[in-house]
Amino acid sequence: MKKLELKNLYKVFGDDADKGVRLLKEGYSKREVLEKTGLTVGVNDVSFDIKEKEIFVIMGLSGSGKSTLLRCLNRLVEPTAGEVKIDGKDLTNLDKESLRQIRREKFGMVFQNFGLLPNRTILENAEFGLEIQNIPESERERRSKKALNQVGLEGWEDQYPDQLSGGMQQRVGLARALAVEPEVLLMDEPFSALDPLIKKDMQDQLLELYEELDKTIVFITHDLDEALKLGDRIAIMKDGEVVQLGTPEEILTNAQNDYVKEFVKDVNRSRILVADDIMVKPLALLYSNDGPRTAMHKMKENEISSIFVVGEKRKLKGIVRVEDALEAVNNGQNNLEGLIKEIPVARPEKSIDKLFSNIAGSDIPLPVVDDNNKLLGIIVKSTVLANLAEGGM
Amino acid sequence: MNLSIGLVVESFIDFLLINFGPLFALIAQIVGGFMGGVESLILSLPPIVLIIVFALVAYLLADKKVALFTIIGFLLIFSMGLWIVTMQTFVMVLVSASIALFLGIPIGIIMSGNKFLDDFLTPALDFMQTMPPFVYLIPAVMFFGIGNVPGVMATVVFSMPPAIRLTKLGLKQVPDELEEVGTSFGSTPLQMLVKIKLPLALPSIMAGINQSIMLSLSMVVIASMIGANGLGEAVLTGIQRMQIGIGFEAGLAVVILAIVLDRITSGIGQSKA
Ligand SMILES: Nc1ncnc2c1ncn2[C@@H]1O[C@H](COP(=O)(O)OP(=O)(O)OP(=O)(O)O)[C@@H](O)[C@H]1O
Ligand SMILES: [Mg+2]
Repeated sequence: MKKLELKNLYKVFGDDADKGVRLLKEGYSKREVLEKTGLTVGVNDVSFDIKEKEIFVIMGLSGSGKSTLLRCLNRLVEPTAGEVKIDGKDLTNLDKESLRQIRREKFGMVFQNFGLLPNRTILENAEFGLEIQNIPESERERRSKKALNQVGLEGWEDQYPDQLSGGMQQRVGLARALAVEPEVLLMDEPFSALDPLIKKDMQDQLLELYEELDKTIVFITHDLDEALKLGDRIAIMKDGEVVQLGTPEEILTNAQNDYVKEFVKDVNRSRILVADDIMVKPLALLYSNDGPRTAMHKMKENEISSIFVVGEKRKLKGIVRVEDALEAVNNGQNNLEGLIKEIPVARPEKSIDKLFSNIAGSDIPLPVVDDNNKLLGIIVKSTVLANLAEGGM
Repeated sequence: MNLSIGLVVESFIDFLLINFGPLFALIAQIVGGFMGGVESLILSLPPIVLIIVFALVAYLLADKKVALFTIIGFLLIFSMGLWIVTMQTFVMVLVSASIALFLGIPIGIIMSGNKFLDDFLTPALDFMQTMPPFVYLIPAVMFFGIGNVPGVMATVVFSMPPAIRLTKLGLKQVPDELEEVGTSFGSTPLQMLVKIKLPLALPSIMAGINQSIMLSLSMVVIASMIGANGLGEAVLTGIQRMQIGIGFEAGLAVVILAIVLDRITSGIGQSKA
């Protein structure tokens, strides 16, 4: 299901922006347009869809147009040409009032520098979006307290932002966005102002919330590790254009040009990689009470030939292969009994050269689990190989 | 050849007088009536009650020290026999600063969102602020005669610029990211102003209020040259009769009033910041 659709989207900054778009259409580059006209190109002919309930990551160097693109989605930046659709409805020609309504109902935004109002308490900050919608005070308080609980900030309601650490402030920013119960979360480098350990915590928490809440998330980062960890799909931008779009796996193993290669090369070359660095999100998961038909459906949908099964709290049960699921369907079996096969697992801190022996002769991904056997991610063979090759081993 | 800009200004003022005379008379009547009302209210209260009220306000908006200073300072003024003139000056400051803020803050708000108006008014404000204060007295007399009302009018004009300027500045200094917060959650322009910009601009606006009040006080004293009542009169008397004692006492009263007003109004800005 498409949630957002971008079609031939352009944003040119400057007085005669249309002229810039004309030149871009004639094939001039961002640099040439700047030299010829003095106009700055923010977004250059971008078209793609963002699916319902995926985490879509936008990556690229500074100035590549990530923020501009994200802001075109809710028209914080007015696109110069092209279409942005949400649920099939074109946003680009809405009048002010309808646009406000869409912003209130569909979007929640999280900002790089948190964007908290220093004169308001944590609770009042979390209530902001609801206040704008003129929601009565009691409901406002209930919903924003719930959101603050979701991000683990119960008990901090009456403090002021400057009394909180950076990580906690960004949790407030997240809670403010969650409180309006938006369908789409827009996040512009939300964790880049945080130090590495807190950043990792926040990523984990975001993934947990994502599992619970079923939202579409558009996430900007310039950190490849973060992109790989969070993204269902990643778009890489350069000079306002999307130069490659694909799953983390595709980006890692099949970089389509030097710019992307340069990005991928930087995946922590400087230190010894461990499982945690290169694991990716599984495309799909099966739950222990699903049946073989669901298994077949999910595998077909994602074009995979085996699928991991998890129980409560994401505890790993094993794997189901497509052959076995097919046989069970044909035999009319309606549970997974006997289909779930045990497989070797890895801990997140295992280094990748050791992983190699685990995965070399196998045709299925290697699951990464924590001490409680909770599934954290999976490692695909090609990633290990690619990284080993990069590392010159 | 002499460029007679002065002549142009004179004929412009004549034009205004001829065409809008009744309007000025009306304004004079309203302002004069209002001021008379406030003045007789304040002077009808026993000084000791007023001093306690002032001290309480000082305590609430600033702190204990300011409250104490207020009590001692005002008792001193009372004992110098300057109580009535000081209160006349205070009322004039109160009225003219109120008008200046009532007009100036909204003008600052409008200017912050309207580039054209900003470009147009900023030089006018520079002009108003650098003009020597005495110059305002002349048109004030032409429009409103002599007495308290022209004094108030000249004071309003003289003390308005900082209120406008600092309101505008405070609103413009609101970080872009916070404006984006407002827009992204679907704020209307009014919500943006009331819920985001004004609260964040408050310290700057308060500084503007403080400056306007201080300028009002200095102008109100000068306005005695065109017949306004108050401490300025006493200073003027001192000058004319070469009585240094009277002049000094009145000057001291002005200083006390200035310190009290300054500490109270800057206290508000800090407690909210
Ligand atoms: N308001 C603006 N006016 C003019 N040019 C702008 C404006 N905003 C962005 N640009 C330009 O558009 C281009 C893309 O900027 P954008 O902020 O989208 O980049 P980014 O990928 O988000 O970078 P960063 O990683 O530094 O945040 C840049 O060349 C920038 O200079
Ligand atoms: Mg950016």
